[in-house]
Amino acid sequence: MSVDRTTVAKIAKLARIRVPEENLDGLAGELNNILGWIEQLSELDTDGVEPMTSVVAMIPPQREDTVTDGGRPEDVVRNAPESVGGYFVVPKVIE
Amino acid sequence: MALIEGKTGQWEMVIGLEVHAQVTSESKLFSGASATFGGEPNANVSMVDAAMPGMLPVLNRRSVEQAVKTGLGLNAKINLTSVFERKNYFYADLPSGYQISQHLHPIVGEGTVVLDMADGTTREVGIERLHLEQDAGKSLHDQHPSKTYIDLNRSGITLMEIVSKPDLRTAEEVGVYLAKLRSIMRYLGTCDGNMEEGSMRCDVNLSVRKPGDPLGTRTETKNVNSIRFVKLAIEHEVHRQIAVIEEGGRIVQETRLFDSVKGTTRAMRSKEEAHDYRYFPDPDLLPLVLDQAWVDEVRQALPELPDAKKRRFVEKLGLSPYDAGVLVNDKETAAFYEAVIAGDKRDAKLVANWVTGDFFGALNRSGVALSEAPVDADKLGGLLDLVSDGTISGRIAKDVFEEMWENGKTAADIVEAKGLRQISDTGALEAMVDKVIAENPGQVEQIKAGNEKLLGWFVGQIMKATQGKANPGMVNQLLRKKLS
Repeated sequence: MSVDRTTVAKIAKLARIRVPEENLDGLAGELNNILGWIEQLSELDTDGVEPMTSVVAMIPPQREDTVTDGGRPEDVVRNAPESVGGYFVVPKVIE
Repeated sequence: MALIEGKTGQWEMVIGLEVHAQVTSESKLFSGASATFGGEPNANVSMVDAAMPGMLPVLNRRSVEQAVKTGLGLNAKINLTSVFERKNYFYADLPSGYQISQHLHPIVGEGTVVLDMADGTTREVGIERLHLEQDAGKSLHDQHPSKTYIDLNRSGITLMEIVSKPDLRTAEEVGVYLAKLRSIMRYLGTCDGNMEEGSMRCDVNLSVRKPGDPLGTRTETKNVNSIRFVKLAIEHEVHRQIAVIEEGGRIVQETRLFDSVKGTTRAMRSKEEAHDYRYFPDPDLLPLVLDQAWVDEVRQALPELPDAKKRRFVEKLGLSPYDAGVLVNDKETAAFYEAVIAGDKRDAKLVANWVTGDFFGALNRSGVALSEAPVDADKLGGLLDLVSDGTISGRIAKDVFEEMWENGKTAADIVEAKGLRQISDTGALEAMVDKVIAENPGQVEQIKAGNEKLLGWFVGQIMKATQGKANPGMVNQLLRKKLS
């Protein structure tokens, strides 16, 4: 698998990262290096090996279903560039 | 099979539904903020829901249990290992830029829902899967000409997405399917099924084909929020698709929006990358692993569900499948019915006739909820006891019931106060019968000449004389004896 500059541009757009035109080729090269390195892993035979999801064998913690948070709308919107009446305000996004 | 007539022949529609059901819980799927509907903007929001940097999700135990319960209620396979993944997309009401969902490894696999159709037949609809995911926030577009307002109260609330197989063929089946899902979840207490408040939302996948052909290209109509709107959206979309194909066009796989004002669907502006969600396992969450013994415990503790209850009502209580279906549809109605029959204290069929007849009638006319009905289960039971032991006739009982509904008194009080006791005294009735016979020699002659129908006229005379209080069975018997 290899990526070209069109793919890089598409990934950047999906991630909402602005990438200048002149950097696309360089990034394509870097990504291809990474992908090439990852591809070496598929040379290993992992048939019948359980995927390891964590280095520590542990059961993920779970919460009791009680309300322990919230009730501070002013903190929630504190960093917002714009807010009105407790709402975040953003440029209109309707289609 | 329901077919639709087009210009080029008959068409069949194929429908699959994705239902988003809000899980009944106190707090959110991954945070301790309240999952209550409404509230001041951004009041029910934790820093996890607002996706502040460094905040970590911790799974709500109850959300997991609710999903498993629902899965068991759908006769579905519970997957002991499931994986939370990130579904990546940008939208203003999704602050993290991804929704935590389950994609490749959902918590619940294949199951079945049985539909009871209006004509008494049943249909099975396959469930493809059920998975847990977070709800997004809410965007208000109508508050400002050039701005959108965002409220994250809904952000992070637990949803179950229930995906059906493409087994539905008519708008009616879709309506019955949604009602059945809602009924099952209400019995289980896993979702309140309130479509108006958005606790149940529905996406409709629909395609058309000539009968016997392979599946056609489908469209997905999003966010239809009532059973009536779902039916409208389907009617509109199926005719649109048939028209496009018959005019030589092709159906494009696309997402459409239902316009509830116009009753039509329209294409959402399609972005080329719209469906590139780049799912990957959420590195903040280990796979969810369930213990089979715990799943068995949950299964043991399940309440009796509508299908089982219906079967019991038919097999053990002798109700007709139709009456049983009507009674079990709503959990509260079924509980009310069972409170009236009180085990085997009262006649199951008599009670069923009264509950589905006069009682439902009064409920619909007055528009009150079952829980606020002026005649409760005890009072209705009291009235029916008077019918069963012969104190009043079924005819009089209807009048007594109307009065009970008006003033909330017990049947016994009304019967006593108004002297409505049925006259079952043989001596008194015999005297009346003799009197009517003596006063109407002409009619007596006709009966003796073979006109049996006049017997009813005599019964009517006596009922009239007693304002309906005479025991009709006994009157009949006496008349037959004396006139034969």
